[in-house]
Amino acid sequence: MANNLSGGFKAFLYRDLLLAIRDRGDLSKPLMFFLLVAVMVPLAIAPEANKLSAIAPGLIWILALLATLLSIERLFSEDYADGSLEQLLISPNMLMMPILGKITAHWLVIGLPLTLLSPVIAIWFSLPISAMVPMMLSLALGTAVLSLVGAVGAALTLPRQGGVLLALLVMPLYMPVLIFGSATIQSAVDGLNWLAPLAMLAAFLAIATVLCPLAISAGLRIAKNG
Amino acid sequence: MNFNLQWTWFHRLGSPRWFYQKTQRWLPWLAVATFALLVAGLVWGLAIAPPDAKQGNSFRIIYLHVPASVVALAGYYIMAISGAVGLIWRIKLSFMLMRSAAPIGAALTFVALVTGAIWGKPTWGAYWVWDARITSMLILLFLYFGVIALRHTYSNNEAAEKAGAVLSLVGMVNVPIIYKSVDWWQTLHQPATIKFTGAPSMHPDMFAPLVVMIIGFYSFYSLALILYTRAEILRREYRASWVKQLVSNQPVEK
Amino acid sequence: MSTAFSAVFWHNSPLIFQGSNSPLTTHTFLKVESLAYERNDAVVFQPVDFALKAGEALQLMGVNGSGKTTLFQLLTGIYTPSCGSISYCGQLVNNCRYEYLSDVLYIGHQSGVKAALTAEENLRWMSPKNTTSEKISAALGAVGLGEYSQIICANLSAGQKRRVALARLMTGQAKLWFLDEPLTSLDKQGVELIEHCMNQHLDQGGAILFSSHQDLAQVKTRNYRLEPFEEVA
Repeated sequence: MANNLSGGFKAFLYRDLLLAIRDRGDLSKPLMFFLLVAVMVPLAIAPEANKLSAIAPGLIWILALLATLLSIERLFSEDYADGSLEQLLISPNMLMMPILGKITAHWLVIGLPLTLLSPVIAIWFSLPISAMVPMMLSLALGTAVLSLVGAVGAALTLPRQGGVLLALLVMPLYMPVLIFGSATIQSAVDGLNWLAPLAMLAAFLAIATVLCPLAISAGLRIAKNG
Repeated sequence: MNFNLQWTWFHRLGSPRWFYQKTQRWLPWLAVATFALLVAGLVWGLAIAPPDAKQGNSFRIIYLHVPASVVALAGYYIMAISGAVGLIWRIKLSFMLMRSAAPIGAALTFVALVTGAIWGKPTWGAYWVWDARITSMLILLFLYFGVIALRHTYSNNEAAEKAGAVLSLVGMVNVPIIYKSVDWWQTLHQPATIKFTGAPSMHPDMFAPLVVMIIGFYSFYSLALILYTRAEILRREYRASWVKQLVSNQPVEK
Repeated sequence: MSTAFSAVFWHNSPLIFQGSNSPLTTHTFLKVESLAYERNDAVVFQPVDFALKAGEALQLMGVNGSGKTTLFQLLTGIYTPSCGSISYCGQLVNNCRYEYLSDVLYIGHQSGVKAALTAEENLRWMSPKNTTSEKISAALGAVGLGEYSQIICANLSAGQKRRVALARLMTGQAKLWFLDEPLTSLDKQGVELIEHCMNQHLDQGGAILFSSHQDLAQVKTRNYRLEPFEEVA
């Protein structure tokens, strides 16, 4: 019996999507957070268009990052609690595909809606229209990387969950994504070549897709031990 | 441990007891060498080397700052590699080394950051400037904190060490990425270079004591690592008979 | 809407298999030799030696905390043993991991039942791919959850959730069953049902390793006791 490499990706993707749809509350919370904090910024800093548009590229990215961080913990916590993780670990198939399926479901539920909502925030912060497409592209690619890397942190902190440790672990790893993500938007605003930083994000996505599932499956096995 | 079962993780080279006994012998020499190197380097750098043309005497902090940052970064790699060796070959001693490397590396990173700030004030007028190297050092500090914090998440020692190893490896892959990203980000925003006089472009009279200090810091790192690991061995192997013998032979003075 | 989604896109779990083709006579399925595990620098139990043959049920006994669950984790590969070996059908498990794990059905302390899915969806996920709807309904009916098959498991009691997990015993095709305390939360009727399932499995040539504080009246079992570790000075 050969190992079915693709076995598991679709099954877990659909199952996690189904679980997300059944639990609609959890879907909307990170997105609400994203919008809410965006409202707080002009109130706290200044409503002048030039001030807001100056900080907009970085701010949108930080909000996306925080919203992803809030939601990533749930990726494995439920499976850990009800025993599904145990069953997953004793499966003879490789863990990589189920893990990628779950993370893809997470991105479809969090990262993609975030990307689609971002024009609203861009308009609130007077970001020029020329930067819209680069912004959405950077968010689409970048949130996928954030989901992948965040899942590594989620797997490693399974025995004792409580957001701060997860944030502490993954924030340093998020910084390159943050740098290039906001640089994409800023370059677009400044009229420079924004494909270059976007290409870096794509490279990060490629590396993360290959390496993160390894770290995650190691982390999941270790979590069961502890 | 003296039963006839074949423990799969037992490697003679990785035996904690062997390590403890071997280091007992050459620890004093290492301590002497460290002390000598550090004192020589400090005296040479702080007192004897000529003052810098632009910065005057304030550049002398470099003799603490640069070695600390070099060894802090190397220390992260040492930690990650020990973790990897422990994960792949399941050698307990390797994990103990990794566990000891984390706080030492974090402390050195902190020293690098503080000395960098002290250097920054007279040189650029501010305690903190978002320079690529300093920012990368700060991120390295958080990477270290992450590894240290993670071990408290797990009640099972073995799981804690494996998790720390996985995290260090993930961080190790990221350290060059982080450094390059921050470097790129910094050049984007500060085209006017406020560069440190990089070590190779220094005058040999200033460079030589720096080399001595770097070697001295490496030596210090090894010393600290060995001492920490010895303590960790005693802590973990407290049930073994050789530890009990060791402890009972030495009177406790407290 | 979500049930429509589920109907169109449902995939069986890729984790559940038909089982491999090893012969089913009086055949030693599982052989464990000198198995031990070190946790937090302490050995959990005295090294374990036993063999499990086809048609046999072995009951693990031991006080609370003696390591019964740890033994199951070792046998299913969740933990790696510190020493000793596990063989399946004559081959070391490390060499035939895929075949071995395809033939194992493990039900641990936690049910593995997802609260947001219905009983039927949960059972379908935990059953092999070709399990017909009739078989699933029959299995749910047999555990007494016939009317509850479309109920979301969050609304079921702990005992009912356990029954959903145990309904796997009827739809599964694995030859080796590892059951960690299968009778918890079950009432007398549930216990009889499980005993019936186990006997059926043994008659078909399967083998069962289980731990329980209760003795099973209807099933012929051998006992194996886990002893705490004693260091030889």
